[in-house]
Amino acid sequence: MLSDYFPLLIFLGAVVLFGLLALFLPAFLAGSRQSAAKDLPYECGIVPRSTARRRFSVSFYLTAMLFIIFDVEAIFIYPWAVILHGLRWFGIAEMGIFVAILLVALAYIWKKGALEWGS
Amino acid sequence: MTAAVVVETLVKAAIVILGLLTGFAYLTLFERKVQARLQQRYGPNRVGPFGLLQPAADGLKLMFKSQAPPAGRDHLLYLLAPMLSMSAALAAFAIVPISGPGRITLFGHAIGWYVMNVNIGVLWYFAVTSMGVYGIFLAGWASNNKYSLLGALRSSAQMISYEMALGLSLVPVFILAGSFSLVDIVNAQRTWWFFIPLFPAFILYLIAGIAETNRAPFDLPEAETELVAGYHTEYSGMRFALFYMAEYINMITVSSIAAVIFLGGWWGPFGILPGPWWFLLKVVLFLYLYVWLRATLPRVRYDRLMALGWKSLLPLSLIMMMATAVVVVAAQR
Repeated sequence: MLSDYFPLLIFLGAVVLFGLLALFLPAFLAGSRQSAAKDLPYECGIVPRSTARRRFSVSFYLTAMLFIIFDVEAIFIYPWAVILHGLRWFGIAEMGIFVAILLVALAYIWKKGALEWGS
Repeated sequence: MTAAVVVETLVKAAIVILGLLTGFAYLTLFERKVQARLQQRYGPNRVGPFGLLQPAADGLKLMFKSQAPPAGRDHLLYLLAPMLSMSAALAAFAIVPISGPGRITLFGHAIGWYVMNVNIGVLWYFAVTSMGVYGIFLAGWASNNKYSLLGALRSSAQMISYEMALGLSLVPVFILAGSFSLVDIVNAQRTWWFFIPLFPAFILYLIAGIAETNRAPFDLPEAETELVAGYHTEYSGMRFALFYMAEYINMITVSSIAAVIFLGGWWGPFGILPGPWWFLLKVVLFLYLYVWLRATLPRVRYDRLMALGWKSLLPLSLIMMMATAVVVVAAQR
């Protein structure tokens, strides 16, 4: 029922209100004295060279892609788990095949070296 | 009816938010005290009796600290990130039932000890905790700081990797309880708490939960020896406190979900204590475990952390899930 989610809306409103308060109240309470040196990004005492938005290791990108693939498959598993009592052996066989394919995919990316870091 | 629901929810929201903030404040003191004792120190004991007013002093100090935002930041995202982190952490708690249906009735219906009880309960928890990744990543990217970016990258890769193990480790519970609603899951544990039949899943959930909240020994995003403070290096004062809050409230939520799903929530043996006290006791047990691990274990290396998530926890949770399914269907008559 949609009305079950109505309390959630109010709760989220209260949460966001608190966040805004915490974010902007110190602007009135706390002092602020700015200078060019204080504004520099922290870099262990030296003056930062070049921008921080630089290229980073492709492994992170790979991990994100693998996550999307496997997480979408986890979403398929959830409804199956709830109605397993009704599906019985038919459900086991179906999910067995699905999980077997998943594990083969995992073995494949493992063999391909997609899960290795810094080698 | 609608007005009653609005009032009821507002009161509950206020109680839950204030409760979580108090919980967060005293969790920091609890952590410092327990860790100090484990290292043969006293910990904070100057502000108030036994240092009990320390969190209040810390909070006041943070309120009055000036901000030092870095030059070259992305103005909007820099402000949005801490807010997103904190909101996601607080909102995840909305589905946690603290106790069974209470004796208090208002406008003719019993008041439940939760903000909402929906049939997708656990899914809401997963959905909202994934939003926390955005807060952390945006913070690192918007700060224009190399340490922040590295910390944020590590953190988001770690969180999404362990999210799958976290999600799959709970599937055996859904099979046994036949529902996503946390109230139904607790009611299914009236005779057997799920950590007894599902002990491997319980351990998988604990490991994945600790990694998901970026806590020791998986606290690589803020590995201070290499990354200063990770994604919140450039945050100061109350904005830093929002990230700090998010981290500790996430710990409380993971512990609460563990208590509700595996340790029977508000059910206690022999009926000695009322439900909410049992819940609190179990949550504190898990929080103690968090602190204990932090004081005991060294940080793992990043490649080993990712290997543990992908090569051990993920296949193990899939196997655990199928094994539970086969046993449940075989026992069904």
